[in-house]
Amino acid sequence: MKFVLDAEQRLFTDTLHALLTGADTARAVRAWAAGDTKPGRALWSALADAGVFALAVPEAHGGAGPLPVELVCAAEQLGRHAVPGPFVETLAAAELLGRLGDDPLAATWLPRIAAGEALVSLTLPPAVPYALDGDVADLVLTADAETVREATAHGGTASLDPSRRLLPVVPGEPLVTGAAAASAAAYDLGALLCAAQQLGLGRALLDVSVEYARTRQQFGHPIGEYQAVKHHLADVLVELEYARPLLFGAALAYRTPEFSRDVSAAKAAASAASYLAARVALQVHGAIGYTDEYDPSLWIRKVRALYSAWGSPASHRARVVDAL
Amino acid sequence: MDLDFGPAEEEFRTEVRAWLRAHVPAEPLPSLETADGFAAHREWERTLGADRMVAVSWPREYGGRGVSLLQWLVFEEEYYAAGAPGRVNQNGTDLLATTLFRHGTPEQLARILPPIAAGEVIWAQAWSEPGAGSDLAGLRSTATRTRGGWLLGGQKTWSSRAPFADRAFGLFRSHPEAGRHRGLTYVMFPLDADGLTVRPIGRLDGKPAFAELFLDEVFVPDEDVIGVAGEGWKAAMSTAGNERGLTLRPPGRFMASVDRLVELWRERADPSDTALRDRLADVWIRCQAYRLKGFETISREDDIGVEASLTKVFWSELDVALHETALDLLGTDGELTSPWLEGYVFSLAGTIYAGTNEIQRNLIAERLLGLPRGAR
Ligand SMILES: Cc1cc2nc3c(=O)[nH]c(=O)nc-3n(C[C@H](O)[C@H](O)[C@H](O)COP(=O)(O)OP(=O)(O)OC[C@H]3O[C@@H](n4cnc5c(N)ncnc54)[C@H](O)[C@@H]3O)c2cc1C
Repeated sequence: MKFVLDAEQRLFTDTLHALLTGADTARAVRAWAAGDTKPGRALWSALADAGVFALAVPEAHGGAGPLPVELVCAAEQLGRHAVPGPFVETLAAAELLGRLGDDPLAATWLPRIAAGEALVSLTLPPAVPYALDGDVADLVLTADAETVREATAHGGTASLDPSRRLLPVVPGEPLVTGAAAASAAAYDLGALLCAAQQLGLGRALLDVSVEYARTRQQFGHPIGEYQAVKHHLADVLVELEYARPLLFGAALAYRTPEFSRDVSAAKAAASAASYLAARVALQVHGAIGYTDEYDPSLWIRKVRALYSAWGSPASHRARVVDAL
Repeated sequence: MDLDFGPAEEEFRTEVRAWLRAHVPAEPLPSLETADGFAAHREWERTLGADRMVAVSWPREYGGRGVSLLQWLVFEEEYYAAGAPGRVNQNGTDLLATTLFRHGTPEQLARILPPIAAGEVIWAQAWSEPGAGSDLAGLRSTATRTRGGWLLGGQKTWSSRAPFADRAFGLFRSHPEAGRHRGLTYVMFPLDADGLTVRPIGRLDGKPAFAELFLDEVFVPDEDVIGVAGEGWKAAMSTAGNERGLTLRPPGRFMASVDRLVELWRERADPSDTALRDRLADVWIRCQAYRLKGFETISREDDIGVEASLTKVFWSELDVALHETALDLLGTDGELTSPWLEGYVFSLAGTIYAGTNEIQRNLIAERLLGLPRGAR
């Protein structure tokens, strides 16, 4: 038993963190929100070069995976830096397609996903009803217990997170039938990676809040000297530190009967922890945290958006209890 | 990264499980917070001791089995799953022994540890005083130099199990001219010593399970000083983490409790009460998180240090939430005497003892997050 990341996994995580730290992701988020996906796409290619998308694609289709632990590491870093775009959806679609075996749909799209050339959006109604970034995705899929279909996305609905463009879809003809197991697996992986993204967002918000509390002065002292502030931040650390092992525990349960239950536990915990991190970040920053121009406000908004994305906390808690 | 137990753990699990099946009393023992119950639990501790089950991770020479920390976690999982009795000597096994392993002399290890492992000597912790709770370094009871040792004077309080225990360990001010933290000496003394009065105090459940100690020239020989005289604070603090961390509340305890909670849910739940269902889910999720975090901690193999404060806040809040959920499932029967109620009342103290959660949050903020030290 070694329930910690090995040296290679740590290096991979650190590499992504360094890459994204230097990439001004906030600017890419704002551009993405304004309809300019170029900086975001550039981030995607950099991430593809680092091997992120290949992690979800089976070797037979040009990938290196599926490697759930590494995927959780990557999603956590993508969340930490608020990378825009439907990467959870793309990786979940890879899981879906990878389960279809020799299907031509899989053969066409999986190598492109692995190479980072394809942005894929995916709906899994009712839990995932809208196609995230369906207007810019190279492929939009929709799946239910019976079928996998290509879909067209229309219109669009604004999200609290300006970089999340949510589109209703019109399903096309069934391409694959009898895909219940594949769509269930895609849902579980998507929920797990969404949870990892939430954890990364929470961590980033804690870091920026701690930094702010150390420097912002009121009444002649740094606000971080006051216990009301300290205790808020300490509680955030407790919640994040105890959500993380659930994510990796779930990743290790991939393809076992406990996977769905453990993913739901991780998602409910990550939702709660990141939400607390966002509430505290807002409080600790005062009005600055409430300001659109201030980059962490993008993180704060994304947290609330992801709170109920890929299944509400209540639906995940219900899945946990049903499995007990 | 993996969560697989190896053959050493599985073998040990089988052995422990068989032992527990053969030895755990069929009827639960009376509450260990009463004189009769304490006596019954003392007997149980001896039963454990006879087969080296008191402190399995200690070296064999002191009465342990020399097993790894991971095997210890396995032991605890089995122990609690078997519904085995509560342990009366956690002060001895987890606090005193850990301190002695680090600061004790070879003579002290050889003299003090085997009777703990045999279940023969039960220890109490005498740290708190009426005026020194969270601000422990403000303690005022004294140790005065005398020939061959020290004379203790003053008052200690809230000392768990002191009404029934044999010996105690605690901090006393020995060098009043040195700073608050500098002039303290850490000593061990018998609870039936001349000059010592133990007055039991009833707890929230009325049981006389902690006590005040009044000390009037209680003699302690030099060989019962832990570490260096005047530097007791260092010795005490170096192991305070154990009191807050994993060893005080092993994950197996929570896993066993939540399994029972799930049973209670099956028996009692109103399926339309989704609020209570959500709380059950959260408690189960948190128990799972605590277990996994324990594996992470053990995998890291370094000193847990201040991270023990995270552990303390987490398990103490979890313990309350778990028992509150049980009482709410019991509904109007929740106020009736039951193991759940007893567990609930005990859980309420968890956010206070072993350093209050406010103090732990200060430590987390300052030592783990690097926030500036404020007024105390
Ligand atoms: C069931 C039980 C068993 C115990 N067993 C033992 C034992 O075996 N041996 C032993 O020595 N002691 C024992 N204790 C005592 C325990 O360690 C103390 O109660 C604890 O350290 C708190 O001290 P206090 O009760 O004096 O509270 P105080 O220190 O007076 O605190 C009162 C309140 O003020 C808050 N507070 C105090 N200082 C600060 C600060 N700087 N910042 C923010 N908030 C603050 C506290 O968090 C608390 O909420 C036990 C206590 C209980 C309840």
